[in-house]
Amino acid sequence: MRGATILKATEDKTRPLNKHTLMAFVGEAGDTVQFAEYISANIALYSMRNSTQLPPYEVSSFVRTTLAKALRSKNPYTVNLLLGGFDTRTEKPELYWIDYLASSAPVPYAAHGYAQYYCLSILDKHHHPDIDLEKGLELLRMCTDELKRRLPFDFKGVIVKVVDKEGIREVEWEEGKQMYAP
Amino acid sequence: MDALVAQYSQPSHSAPDTILEDELALSTKIAPSLSHNFELPPVGSHSAWLRAMTDDHSNPSCPIKIAHGTTTLAFRFKGGIIVATDSRATAGDWIASQTVKKVIEINSCLLGTMAGGAADCQYWLAYLGMECRLHELRHKRRISVAAASKILANLLYSYKGMGLSMGTMCAGVTPTEGPALYYIDNDGTRLAGNLFCVGSGQTHAYGVLDAEYKYEMEEEEALELGKRSILAATHRDAFSGGFINLYHIKEEGWVKHGFMDTNPIFWKTKLEKGEFSNVTSKLD
Repeated sequence: MRGATILKATEDKTRPLNKHTLMAFVGEAGDTVQFAEYISANIALYSMRNSTQLPPYEVSSFVRTTLAKALRSKNPYTVNLLLGGFDTRTEKPELYWIDYLASSAPVPYAAHGYAQYYCLSILDKHHHPDIDLEKGLELLRMCTDELKRRLPFDFKGVIVKVVDKEGIREVEWEEGKQMYAP
Repeated sequence: MDALVAQYSQPSHSAPDTILEDELALSTKIAPSLSHNFELPPVGSHSAWLRAMTDDHSNPSCPIKIAHGTTTLAFRFKGGIIVATDSRATAGDWIASQTVKKVIEINSCLLGTMAGGAADCQYWLAYLGMECRLHELRHKRRISVAAASKILANLLYSYKGMGLSMGTMCAGVTPTEGPALYYIDNDGTRLAGNLFCVGSGQTHAYGVLDAEYKYEMEEEEALELGKRSILAATHRDAFSGGFINLYHIKEEGWVKHGFMDTNPIFWKTKLEKGEFSNVTSKLD
């Protein structure tokens, strides 16, 4: 977006950092992609030097540190992040909520911006740690439906990606019907 | 010369002063309600002045901290209307009360909810109650929800821009209208609708409520959903909390379903249903 103009509706706001970690980002135009590419290049460098993949917690720690250092510099990154990863050692998925002030928190579900106000209450009620992928996507549908219903602007669709033991993959997401407030 | 111009520049149809005064007296007799005589501060813009005195956000040392912050909701379904609120009042960062009654019982069939400035809501809803009673005495029948909500909307519109802060819902039943729900706020908006959430916690309540709201719900289900939506808001919104105040408006009038502490309800919901999985109950 630039002012009141949409420049592109299908921009992918995620970057894969390694086989099992995916980072989603929103924030200041310019900062976002610069930061994401800096991180992804450094994680790739680590993998090359050490011939090993950095697990999600370690990735989150690197991301947070980078952000924290930038925060106290002349030009901090104004970027909010969600970091999803699958730890192949513990066989468990992990999610980190990271904001531009460099707080990092491991959480079962997360959102940034206005979506937090609408979606977290839905997730509080309907999320359970043991749900399968199908139920997870149903939950996501509840959230996007609510955003379509209540937000005064149109966010022009979503890109859905899944991170599991197989790695990262994009999921076909059918744009649902128009929603109206009851 | 100016006086001469003034004398002749009046439109020819304008009445002499005495008649005009009579008309004014008559019109105030018909609607004595709108002739409040409040002392107003001698300033140019009332809302700007009030904002300067009360805006905690831009000026933390502001002299007046208005009691604020709420979650209220009401929705229509096949069995009537559910009205639910939290009970917290905050003044700046301070929790001023945890036991506020934000549902005002206007009469046996009409309820009003309070969100926004606590004093404004309390005063004007009490005033609305008085007007509704007067309507009943004058016309020998209960006021319709449409009319009651319009008294409030007109009044708020007449004070528009003077700094009142209110987000209200009027819910009730009358034989002519059936169950009716209106949203009224301080800019004079008045909307009829099936479902409203008002206050700082509104988005959280909307999230839970929208996801499962159906007009064809059963009473039990509707009461539970209203309660759960307020719980969601008290959990996520710092300015909502305390007790859940729950009402059901049926054809015969409203029924109160309790003033329930949120804390035990939260833990019951978490531990028995496994919800709120981001909150840990273990110290590890």
